[in-house]
Amino acid sequence: MIDIAIEKRLKVYHGRQILKIDRRFADGSITKIYGPSGAGKTTFLKIIAGLISPEKGRITVDNTTWLDTNININLSPQKRKTGFVFQDYALFPNMTVIEHLAYATNHKDWITRLLILGKLDTLTNHKPVHLSGGQQQRLAILRALAIKPKLLLMDEPFSALDPEMKTELIQELKVVFKELNITVLIVSHNPAELDGLVDGELYISDFSL
Amino acid sequence: MDLSPIWLTLKLAAITTLLLLIVGLPVAWWLSKGRSFFKTIIEAVITMPLVLPPSVLGFYLLLAFSPQHGLGKWLQNTFDIQFVFSFQGLVLASFIYSMPFMVGPIKSALQQLPASLAQASYTLGKTKWQTFKSILIPNIKPSLLTAIVLTFAHTLGEFGVVLMIGGNIPRVTRVASIAVYDSVERMDYAAANTYSLILFCITFVMVIGLFIFNKYQAKSPLE
Repeated sequence: MIDIAIEKRLKVYHGRQILKIDRRFADGSITKIYGPSGAGKTTFLKIIAGLISPEKGRITVDNTTWLDTNININLSPQKRKTGFVFQDYALFPNMTVIEHLAYATNHKDWITRLLILGKLDTLTNHKPVHLSGGQQQRLAILRALAIKPKLLLMDEPFSALDPEMKTELIQELKVVFKELNITVLIVSHNPAELDGLVDGELYISDFSL
Repeated sequence: MDLSPIWLTLKLAAITTLLLLIVGLPVAWWLSKGRSFFKTIIEAVITMPLVLPPSVLGFYLLLAFSPQHGLGKWLQNTFDIQFVFSFQGLVLASFIYSMPFMVGPIKSALQQLPASLAQASYTLGKTKWQTFKSILIPNIKPSLLTAIVLTFAHTLGEFGVVLMIGGNIPRVTRVASIAVYDSVERMDYAAANTYSLILFCITFVMVIGLFIFNKYQAKSPLE
């Protein structure tokens, strides 16, 4: 069980607004996060990963406290080790496909399986600059999965994939999510994109101050 | 023909560049992350040698490390180290004088890398050091090489600051730029020409090499 209650002030173009979320996510659940641009969806994921600190809040994951501003607990991103798929992919320009995965894990069998899952097994020695947008996005997903995270945070993870590839990949990911019992939060703008994958939704609205 | 000023200059430039690489990398990384008044002050201090006349810097270093006064006297009495009119004094002066050439390009390159690169590495459980070594440094190679070449070349050409703190002692502090000046003073234009030509050629080859390397590296997606 993941229990999150956070408050974070956001600076936006037209002034300030507050990101306030109080929500529980069951183990192994897959939740779609949606809402208007600038409402704080990406910030919410980064707060969970430990990349941004909120002014107030508490995050507990399976009875382990990751964040509690009342008692000054704030675990580093390294200790939280969430899988994170960044909106801009954040691929390492100096590394090939295989090096991305080897940087994340030493398990060769798992790397081989991921490469097949993402259909990148014939491109192992390619650097990101030589991959298409869809291939780069798949690599970003595989790298996040490489650490076998308990919690996977995905920021617009399927935006660059063609419909056929998206459907196929989502089916494959469902199997992996279930197998590893991963709790997944997915930010998406596309209303129908995650049909059949998610079992819950979270709407983040923009509360102006 | 005494070539010792050339060797001394190359030795000084190599030691200074190596020391600045070791110190400059973490300093540039620290400066590239966030902003604070303290960081602004430190950055201004590091940048000062770019705008300060070298003789002014040399004069203050001469005062600070003179064995007759405060810090210089204490260093002499406690550690038996003398920075004035010695090779280590040249290294210290060059270190301070060339620091902006090492820190500046590396800091700018680190700032231009997307923040998400380091963040992605952290979420994979990697420490700051592992991220710095495996992700940040390999992706700023052209700027790193620029910093190294600029620092080396700039140290080769130092004159005012090394003359002030080191003087003109043969085989100890007489570097090539001082040897050129000294030769002209003695009307020995042939020696001055030889020293100048050697310095010109070394610097030219280094800068050409840098441009060729960086042109090739410009194919990197981050350039």
